Amino acid sequence: MEYVVEMLNIRKEFPGIVANDNITVQLKKGEIHALLGENGAGKSTLMNVLFGLYQPEKGEIRVNGKAVKITDPNVANDLGIGMVHQHFMLVEPFTVTQNIVLGKEPTNKFGKIDIARARKEIQELSDRYGLKVDPDAKISDISVGMQQRVEILKTLYRGADVLIFDEPTAVLTPQEITELMEIMRSLTKEGKSIILITHKLKEILETCHRCTVIRKGKGIGTVDVAETDANELASLMVGREVSFKTEKTKATPKQSILEINNLYVRDSRKVDLVKGLDLNVRAGEIVGIAGVDGNGQTELIEAITGLRKVREGKVMLNSKDITNHSPRKVTEAGVGHIPQDRHKHGLVLDYSIGENIVLQTYYKKPYSKAKVLNYKEIFQKAEKLIKEYDVRTPSVHTKARALSGGNQQKAIIGREVDRSPDLLIAVQPTRGLDVGAIEFIHKKLIEERDKGKAVLLVSFELDEIMNVSDRIAVMFDGKIVASRTPEETNEQELGLLMAGSKTEKAGDKE
Amino acid sequence: MSNKVFNIIVPVISVILGLIAGAIIMLLSGHNPISGYAALWNGAFGDSYTIGETVRRITPLMLTGLAIAFAFRTGLFNIGAEGQVIVGWLAAVCVGLYIDAPMYIHLPLAIIAGALAGALWAFVPGILKAKLGVHEVIVTIMMNYIALYSVNEIIRTVLTDGETTSATIAPTASLASEWLQSITFYSRIHYGFLIALFAAVLMWFIIDRTSIGYELKSVGFNPHASKYAGMNVNRNIVLSLVISGSFAGLAGVMEGLGTYGNISVMGGFTNLGFDGIAVALLGANNPLGVVLAAILFGTLKEGAGEMPTSAGVPTELVDIIIALIILFVASGYIIRWAILRFKKEEK
Repeated sequence: MEYVVEMLNIRKEFPGIVANDNITVQLKKGEIHALLGENGAGKSTLMNVLFGLYQPEKGEIRVNGKAVKITDPNVANDLGIGMVHQHFMLVEPFTVTQNIVLGKEPTNKFGKIDIARARKEIQELSDRYGLKVDPDAKISDISVGMQQRVEILKTLYRGADVLIFDEPTAVLTPQEITELMEIMRSLTKEGKSIILITHKLKEILETCHRCTVIRKGKGIGTVDVAETDANELASLMVGREVSFKTEKTKATPKQSILEINNLYVRDSRKVDLVKGLDLNVRAGEIVGIAGVDGNGQTELIEAITGLRKVREGKVMLNSKDITNHSPRKVTEAGVGHIPQDRHKHGLVLDYSIGENIVLQTYYKKPYSKAKVLNYKEIFQKAEKLIKEYDVRTPSVHTKARALSGGNQQKAIIGREVDRSPDLLIAVQPTRGLDVGAIEFIHKKLIEERDKGKAVLLVSFELDEIMNVSDRIAVMFDGKIVASRTPEETNEQELGLLMAGSKTEKAGDKE
Repeated sequence: MSNKVFNIIVPVISVILGLIAGAIIMLLSGHNPISGYAALWNGAFGDSYTIGETVRRITPLMLTGLAIAFAFRTGLFNIGAEGQVIVGWLAAVCVGLYIDAPMYIHLPLAIIAGALAGALWAFVPGILKAKLGVHEVIVTIMMNYIALYSVNEIIRTVLTDGETTSATIAPTASLASEWLQSITFYSRIHYGFLIALFAAVLMWFIIDRTSIGYELKSVGFNPHASKYAGMNVNRNIVLSLVISGSFAGLAGVMEGLGTYGNISVMGGFTNLGFDGIAVALLGANNPLGVVLAAILFGTLKEGAGEMPTSAGVPTELVDIIIALIILFVASGYIIRWAILRFKKEEK
C-alpha cells in the first residue's frame, strides 16, 4: 500500500520541553486517519510541522514517497496539503466566494478578478462533495457548520489532496457533526485523504480507518479502528484505565436552592432571548440544561450571576431575592460560576495562577488587610489548590496564559468549588478537554452534589448531560420546554425536544 | 534569558544605539562627537550648579513619567498629562498667591491643590470613557488644549491685569530651599525631587501591593473577567485616570512652587506631559524604570544647553539623539528579536 504522507520519527523541541519525540504517522490514500491524544500531547505541534509552521529537529517527511522539506505553509499548499483550522480564518463581511479566492484570486487577461469563474468553480466543488454551500452568502449570515464547510472548500479550491482537520467538531451541534462525518466520507470516496485531530473517541470509532495515538509527546502506536474499542483507545491515550460511565449514586434532593420565576432577559440587541423561563434547582441534585447553542442559555446564566440585567421575573437563592444584584453580591450570596469562555471570563490570562486563584476573594482576609495584599497567603492558598485539583503548572507564579486548556479549567474549578458555594453553575465545563480531565471534572461536580450543594450544568454535549445530570431540563427558544430524568429519556428524544418538537409527556410546556 | 533581564538589557542597548547614531550624525555634520558628548556631560554634571539644574529638570519628568506609566499599567493611555501639568501648576500657584497660612499648612495645601487639579482634569476623560465609551486618547488630547488656553486667559485676566506673568508665591508655599541652592551655586533646585521619589514609591505600592492595584491591573488586562469577578470596571477606569492625573498635576506643582514660583502665559505646551510618554516607555512602565529614564532624559535635555557654546553642536542635535533613543526603545522588539536570533545561531 502506498502512503500519500509519511512523517517518520519526527522530533520537535521547544526551549525546555520536547513537544514531539520520535512520532511516526503514515497516511494511506483515501483513508481517514485519526490523531488521538490528550490536550497538550503534541498533536497540534505535529500537524504544524506538517503544515510548515515549525521545522522538526529530527525526522523525515515524505509526500507520495518523495522526501520533502516543508519550510512554510505555501510549500504545504503546493504539495496538496490543506488545513481546516479549529478557529475559522474567514472575513465576516465577505461572501463565501470572496473568502475562498482570497490570496489566490483568478484573474482575466486584463488582471481583473474573475469572480464569476471562481463562483462557478466553487459551486462545482460544493456539488461534487455534497457541501451544500451557497457561494453568494455572506459569512456573517451563515451558521458555524456552514462556515466550516467554507473552510473545507477553501482547501479543496487550492487543490488539496490531504486535508487536516483540527478538532473540527468542537464547535458543532450533534446534527452538524453527523453531516460533517458524511462529508469526510464523501471526500475520501473521491480520493482525498484526511487526518483528523481529535480527542473524541466516538468520532474515531464512527468514521476513521486507522488511529495514531500520541501521549505526552511520544508516539504510542497506530491501531486499526476496526480492531479496537473505546476502552482500548482511551487507555492508550491516557496511559491508564478510564471509566466512561460516570459513577454516581442516586441523588437525594433536599430544599430548593435556586428558584427562577417567569424570567425575561434581553441580549445586547434588545431582543428577548429568555422568554418567561421557570427553573428550580434543589440542594443535592445536578440539573442539566440541554439545548442547542443560542437558545438563551448564555443569557440565562448571565442573568443569574448578575452579568446581565433581568427585564422581568425573579431569581431567588436560598429564598432570598438576588434579581439584578451585582456580580459581587451574587458571588457573596453563595454562587460559584464556571464560565463558558474561560479566556474571556474565567481568567485574567496575564495574571499568575496564584493571582487568578483569588480573583473573587482578593479583597477579603486573609488575602488582603486594609487594602494591602498578602501575597504569602495568596500563593500558599494557590499552592494548596493546584495540588488538590491537579493543576499542572511549573509554579503558582506562572502566567495563566502559559497553561494548557485543561489545567486552566482545573484552576477555575478549584477556585469556584473551594469557595464552597450553595449553587455551582458550570457552563460547558469540559469543552475542548480530554477524557482524563473530563472524568476529573465530572467527579468534582458529583462530589459537590453529594456534599448537598445544588449544581446547574449547561452543556451542548448530550453525552455529558445524560451522564452527569440527575434531572434534565430542555431549553428551547428561551424557555424550559421539558423536564426528564436520564433514565426515562434518550438522546433521540432529547434531540427532538431541543429542536422544538413536542413529545408526549404530561407537564411539558409549549 | 528571563523577562526581567530583557527589560533591563533592551533599554540599555537602545540608549547606546541612540548615542552611536547621534555620534554618526555629528560626524556627518562636521562636528567632533567626542567634544560634543564632553560638552553634554559638562552641561549636565560639570559643576554643582549644573547638577542642581539637572535635578530640577529631572523632577517633573519623573512625575509625568509615573503618571503615564500608571495609566499604561491599567490599560489606559493618558495622553493628557500635558494639560494636567498645566492645571496643576495653576492651582498650586493660586493657593500660593491667595492663601495666607503658616508653612506647615500652606505648602501641603498648595501641593494637594495641584494634585487635585490634575486629578480633576483626568476625571473628565475617565468618566466619559466609563459612561459613554469615548476613547480616552481623544478626550485627553482635547483637554490639553482646553487647559493651555484657559490657563493663559486666567493668568491674563484673573491673576494679573493683562500681564504675562503672575506675582511670585508666598515663601510659605515655596518648595525652594536656600540650603540646597547654596550648595549648588544658586541653581533652581528645590525639594520637589523628594516628592517625585516618594511618588515613585507610592506608585509601586499601589500597583504591586494593594488590592486597589490588583483591581486596576485586572480591569486593564481583562475587563470581562474583572466584571465576572465582581469588580466595578467603570469605577476602576475613572480611578486609574484620577490617580494618573494627580501625578501629572504634581509635575505642575514642581514648576509652580519649585522652579519658577509663579506662572506665565505659555506660547505652547510645556512638553513635560509628552516627554513623560517617552519616559514611561523607556522605563518599561515600572516605577524604578521611570525614575532612571527620567534621570536620563533630564540629563540629556539639561546637558544639551552646553553643546552649542562649548562644542558648536546645535541643540537640535540633542533633540535628534533623544528622538533616536525613543525610536530604538519603541522598536525594542526588534532588538529583542535580534538577541534571540543571535542566541539561536550560537546553538
